[in-house]
Amino acid sequence: MQTETTQRKLMWWGVNILVLLYAFVPVVWIISLSLKDDATLNDGNYLPSSPSGESYAAIFSNPDFLRALANSIGICAIATFVAIVFGTMAAYAIARLDFPGKVTIVAVSLLISMFPQIALVTPLFKIETALGLFDTWPGLIIPYITFALPLAIYTLSAFFREIPWDLEKAAKMDGATPYQAFRQVITPLAMPGVFTTAILVFISCWNDFLFALSLTSTSNARTVPAAMSYFTGATTFEKPTGPIAAAAVVITVPLVIMVLLFQRRIVAGLTSGAVKG
Amino acid sequence: MTQTPTPAAAATDTADDGTAQIALQRHTDAKKAERKLGLLLVAPAVTIMLAVAAYPILYAFWLSLQKADLRRPDANEFVFLDNYVTVLSSSIWWTAFGVTMFITIVSAFLELVFGMILAIVMHRTIVGRGLVRTSALVPYSIVTVVAAFSWRFAWTSDLGYLTPSGAAPLTEFWPSIWIIILAEVWKTIPFMALLLMAGLALVPEDLLKAASMDGANAWKRFWAITVPLIKPAILVALLFRTLDAFRVFDNIFILTSGANETSSVSMVAYSNLIRGLNLGIGSTMAVLIFITTGIIAFLFIKAFGAAAPGSDSGGRK
Repeated sequence: MQTETTQRKLMWWGVNILVLLYAFVPVVWIISLSLKDDATLNDGNYLPSSPSGESYAAIFSNPDFLRALANSIGICAIATFVAIVFGTMAAYAIARLDFPGKVTIVAVSLLISMFPQIALVTPLFKIETALGLFDTWPGLIIPYITFALPLAIYTLSAFFREIPWDLEKAAKMDGATPYQAFRQVITPLAMPGVFTTAILVFISCWNDFLFALSLTSTSNARTVPAAMSYFTGATTFEKPTGPIAAAAVVITVPLVIMVLLFQRRIVAGLTSGAVKG
Repeated sequence: MTQTPTPAAAATDTADDGTAQIALQRHTDAKKAERKLGLLLVAPAVTIMLAVAAYPILYAFWLSLQKADLRRPDANEFVFLDNYVTVLSSSIWWTAFGVTMFITIVSAFLELVFGMILAIVMHRTIVGRGLVRTSALVPYSIVTVVAAFSWRFAWTSDLGYLTPSGAAPLTEFWPSIWIIILAEVWKTIPFMALLLMAGLALVPEDLLKAASMDGANAWKRFWAITVPLIKPAILVALLFRTLDAFRVFDNIFILTSGANETSSVSMVAYSNLIRGLNLGIGSTMAVLIFITTGIIAFLFIKAFGAAAPGSDSGGRK
C-alpha cells in the first residue's frame, strides 16, 4: 500500500515535470539569449556559457526603446483605468439592476470580443488620420478600451453576481448610511474582482501588436511589441538578436511575476467570465 | 430580482385601497428609477463600443465599395462591387484563406487535445497542484510577440537550439506553417485548459466512483461520463479559440512576415493597407474577414447548439 502511493506520487511528479518543461523551455531560452554575449550568440547552445549584461546595457541606452517602454506603460495603464471604470458601472447595472436591453448589451459585447481586429484597422486608420489621432496616445488608448470593455464587463458581472448583496441591506438596518454601507461593506467585497479584472485587461492591452503596428508611424506612440519588430542592428541586415531578446525579457518578467503572485484570482477571473453552468 | 412580488396583491390583504395605491405608485417609481440608473450606468461603455466598433465596420463596408487608394486620392470613385470581384478572384486571397483555415482547424484541434490533458493534470494531480497551475499560466501571460521571437530564434540556423545545422525551416512553406501552429498552440493551451478545468470541477466525483465500481476503466469513464457532462465547456472553449485562431497575425508577422505564401487573411489585409495604402481593397478584405467570422460563429451555434455564454448569463441575471 505504502509503495503504491509512493509510485503514484512519483508518476504525478513525472507528469508535473513535463508541464513545467512545456511552460518554461521557450521562456528560459529567450532569457538565455538575452544573456549571451556577441561571441557565443550563434553557438546554438540552449544556455549561455559566459553570461553578460551587454544586451541589457544596449537597450537601456536606446532612446527608442525607453520611449516605447514609457508608451506601453502609459497607454495600457490609462486604457485599463478607463475600461475598469466604465466596465464596473456597466457590470454593476447588468448584475444588479433590471432595465431594458440588458441581454442585447451582453450580446453586443460578446460580439465585439470576437471581432477580428484587422476588420477595424482599415477604417480606424482612415478615421484617425482624418481626426489627427493617428500616431498619438489617444489613438491607441481608444481601440484598447473598446476591446477591453467586453472582457471587463464579462468578468466583473460574473464577480458581482457572487457578492452577497443582502449584507448591504443588513448594514443599513444596523444604522449605516447608504454611502457607509457601500463604502464599508460592498467595496471590500468587490475589490478583489475589480483588481483581478484590471490585471486581465492590462495583460490584453500589453499583448496587443496589430493596433500598435498599424496606428503608429514613429516612436511617438509605438509600444514595445511594435518597437521590437523595428529594432535594427549595427547594419540594416544584421538582426539584433541580443537586444530583441533583452527587450522581450524586460516586458515579460513584470507580467509573469504579477500573474504568479495572483495565480488563484486570475484563474477564477478567466474561468468565471467564460463558463458558468 | 427574478420575482418581485406585486405590491398590489400584498397590499389587498390589509384591505386598504389607499395603501395599495401608494405602494403600487412607489413600486412603479422605484422600477422607473432603477431602469434609468441602469441605462445611465451602461451608457458610457455602450457608447464607446458602438463608436469604435460598430461605426468603423459600417465605414469599412462603405470604403469597400470605393476605389480608395491613398497613393492616388484624386482617382477616388464609387466602384460598387468591383473590389469584391478583384479580391475574390485573386489567388493571393484564396491562398491566405486556405492557410488561415488550415492553421485555425489544426491549432484548435491540438489545443483541445492538449488543453484537455493539461486540464486533467491540473485537476487530478496529487502532488504540487499549486506549482502546476501557476506554471501553466506562464505561456498565457507572455506577450505573443515575445513568444514568437523565442520560437523564431529557436528555429533560425546556427542561432537556435532546435535547428539542425544547415537547415532553415522558416524559409520553407510546410515547416513554417507547422512552426506557426506550434507557436499558436503553445501560447493558448493554458487558456483552453482553464476553461475545461472549470467544466471538470462540475463533474460529480460519486458518479465517477460508481462507474469505476461497475468496472468502467479510466478511458471509458472519460468518454461516457466526463465528456458528455463538460460538453458545454468544450464547445464554448472551441468557439472562442476558433474565432481567435482565425485572426492569427502576430505569430506570422514575427515568424515569417508572410514569406513563402504563409500569410493569413489578417496579414494580407494588413499588407494592402499599410504597405499598399489601398484602403478600398483593404476594407474589402476586412469586410470579408468579418463575414467569415460571423459564419463560423453561426455554424458553431447551429451545429453544436453551443449556448453563447452571454445568453446564459443574461438569462440568469
